[in-house]
Amino acid sequence: MPAAQIKAKIISNLKLSNNYWHLEFESGLIAKQAKPGQFVQIRVADGATPLLRRPLSIHAAGALKVKIIYEVVGEGTGILSTKKPGEFLDILGPLGNGFDCARPVESRGGKNILVAGGIGVAPLVFLAEKLKLSKPLVLIGAQTKKQIICLPEFKALGCGLKLATDDGALGFKGRVTDLLKIVLEQTKPARIFSCGPYLMLKAVAQIAGENRINAQLSLEEHMACGIGACLGCVVETKSGYKTVCKDGPVFFSEELVW
Amino acid sequence: MVKQTQPNLNVKIGNLNLKNPVMVASGTFGYAREFENFIDLKKLGAMVTKTITLKARQGNPAPRTCETPAGMLNSIGLENPGIDEFIQEKLPFLQKLGIPVIVSIAAEETPQEFAILVKRLDQLPAVSAIELNISCPNLQKNKLISQDVKDTFELVSAVRKLTAKCLITKLSPNVTSITQIALAAQSAGTDALALINTLGGMSIDVHKRTPKLGAWVGGLSGPAIRPVAVKMVWEAYNKIKIPIIGMGGIIDTESALELFIAGAAAVSVGTANFVNPQVSLEIIAGLKQYMLKNNMQNLSQLTGRLRVCRS
Repeated sequence: MPAAQIKAKIISNLKLSNNYWHLEFESGLIAKQAKPGQFVQIRVADGATPLLRRPLSIHAAGALKVKIIYEVVGEGTGILSTKKPGEFLDILGPLGNGFDCARPVESRGGKNILVAGGIGVAPLVFLAEKLKLSKPLVLIGAQTKKQIICLPEFKALGCGLKLATDDGALGFKGRVTDLLKIVLEQTKPARIFSCGPYLMLKAVAQIAGENRINAQLSLEEHMACGIGACLGCVVETKSGYKTVCKDGPVFFSEELVW
Repeated sequence: MVKQTQPNLNVKIGNLNLKNPVMVASGTFGYAREFENFIDLKKLGAMVTKTITLKARQGNPAPRTCETPAGMLNSIGLENPGIDEFIQEKLPFLQKLGIPVIVSIAAEETPQEFAILVKRLDQLPAVSAIELNISCPNLQKNKLISQDVKDTFELVSAVRKLTAKCLITKLSPNVTSITQIALAAQSAGTDALALINTLGGMSIDVHKRTPKLGAWVGGLSGPAIRPVAVKMVWEAYNKIKIPIIGMGGIIDTESALELFIAGAAAVSVGTANFVNPQVSLEIIAGLKQYMLKNNMQNLSQLTGRLRVCRS
């Protein structure tokens, strides 16, 4: 069964911390098909403003439920945060190419390392669940302690955790990519999976390249259609422009041109 | 009370017969396959492909879109695989849909490219009609063909000789007089006009003091431009005899009706496809209801039927 346009009933929509919100809605169709790294396109208003849907990555997908963690950054996500349980959302999904976690890597003996920046942690919980047998090591970075989220989920999955904040109030003081460099001196890596701000991903790509580690990066871009039709959300790759919405949002780091 | 018969939604554009007058606009629907999971493509009146050029084009640098009040800007830059790959990779799927396929084309360097493209498409039974995109704002040209009466006339005349297929000319709203350009295209032999392409626009990130688009400027679309489209369709309708395909900011039945009443024989849904992939089919159903309610048996009772005196 392919992706679809659905009307989904909101189960809950709650503030987590800071500007982070947690949305849960009913959808057997999306929950059944979703893969880590995929996203949904949510229409937040019926009228013409804001006009476009908002692309949000899937945080978890259970039997009949889908969870999203989003950051309120503007008008669209602001409206989304006012939606109440019982209301319906117009959603397209699941969309995009997610993380490739099919290949067995345990045989190589290395660790799967997940690197999250800020709200980029959201899809990595879903990924960690798929990779839980390999007990991945999760690195989370954020500006402040309050912006570090999802710790209980990773702990419940049996992941190792290392944190970084700009002021050192929680974990390592500094960037999560500097923390990654230290970790790589101590840990034999298998693959890196990462989601976060552009500059963080760029640093992860560089570190992965220097250490010859296979890295998969989930990119973010403004989108119009979300289904590969408008060609608006392109990223430059070694084989030309590719769409973040359909070819991505996850790309192998060596494909990308920074 | 006499039971009313279902309204007839057929419309003829040149030698092209459409089962209903709602199509999807170039550049907003890819090559249809992108939408196959979200809409019953066979129900569309017609589909207009993303614009094809002679050679593959990689398009403009990112970011290529940005949201604006009730609309969006784009500077895609006609990214497309070129005519050869289009015919090989995209056309077979379109042909199987059984709906009229209108291929949008543009030239990158010289107008002669239009002639070569038209000759190629003319030979293909899968192609129902050709749309001349002489109004794309994202090619970094100083002047578009459709911004000049003489250039428009010469281009349309030249390609008219090369094909008997339905020829649609898509015009730019970024002109002083849309009627002069429309008249030039008509006298050069185009079968229909597509009105309007996007309006030139720009948006700035005030925190970074940079343009929001990678190409700096782009084309504005969405409900924000609808009043411009309605006015231009109405102005052109009053001066020309050939059918107009109205587009610009259609997002629901009511907005489509505005363009019909202003003078459109058919309409194209554009940016709204991104917002609601099903919107074209909703408009077809809504149009039927409106015609039933207003005792209209066919579209000629709707197109251009603007009441200009107060009642």
